[in-house]
Amino acid sequence: MTRGPGAGPGEEAEAIDPDVDLHVPVQRAETEGAHKWPVLAAISVGGALGATGRYGASLLWPTPGGAFPWAVFWVNVVGCGLIGVLMVLVSEGGRSAPPLLRPFLGVGVLGGFTTFSTYALDFSDLLEREEAGTALAYAGGTVVAALGAVWLTASAARAALKRAAAR
Amino acid sequence: MNWLLVILGGAVGAPLRYLTDRAVQARHDSVFPWGTFVVNAAGSLVLGAVAGASVSSHTYALLGTGLCGALTTYSTFSYETLRLAERGWPFLAVANVAASLLVGLGSVFLGLELARALTA
Repeated sequence: MTRGPGAGPGEEAEAIDPDVDLHVPVQRAETEGAHKWPVLAAISVGGALGATGRYGASLLWPTPGGAFPWAVFWVNVVGCGLIGVLMVLVSEGGRSAPPLLRPFLGVGVLGGFTTFSTYALDFSDLLEREEAGTALAYAGGTVVAALGAVWLTASAARAALKRAAAR
Repeated sequence: MNWLLVILGGAVGAPLRYLTDRAVQARHDSVFPWGTFVVNAAGSLVLGAVAGASVSSHTYALLGTGLCGALTTYSTFSYETLRLAERGWPFLAVANVAASLLVGLGSVFLGLELARALTA
């Protein structure tokens, strides 16, 4: 398989994986020595907040058995939209941010808020209830909406930064 | 009570994702996001098992909603897929979506069936 994203000449190594990408030297060094404790603590606090937000959403908009799981659908789509903006601001184009910002907001809050496992379980639950149409609409709809959201917000954030720089 | 258990599970799940992702990447020099793929598959397997074992609502809040919920992620999966496509690896982007869906959904089924067989 192809090596490293730190590809072309004059191109900085940029993260593919927003949680952590070992091709990016600063992120590789993140867990060296005593650095790792504040990083892990920021991720942990963020993860607790994100998971709590998701749990709250599921209590506010409970899904009756066999119905389309709207709460988890929107949690995932909103989380994907937010990470598009966050990563453009903190990591793309050689921009740098306070060192704990990506661990706290990206890995912790947004990673803990969004979920793949609940998505997979809800899909299998719909199938077991013989709601195959809803199951497929949920599985496919989440992928399309989540990828659409991250593409839209990342593009908008890049365009906004470009306009601001040209001014 | 369930709120506290979700907080505790989330506080463990998110750093566990980060550390697992690092450990997987350290063993594989590849642009394909194997680390995220592994945590999403593993978290789906465990959540399937937790759901299949018909645990109490407290245990589900801690291990299911908190731990597995925060261990797995959709935001990371979506951004890395976008980056793969934009940086010139559209095939890997499509492969990431297809493999994550197939393996993630398959893992949840496997976890459910294993737990049901063991607790029956």
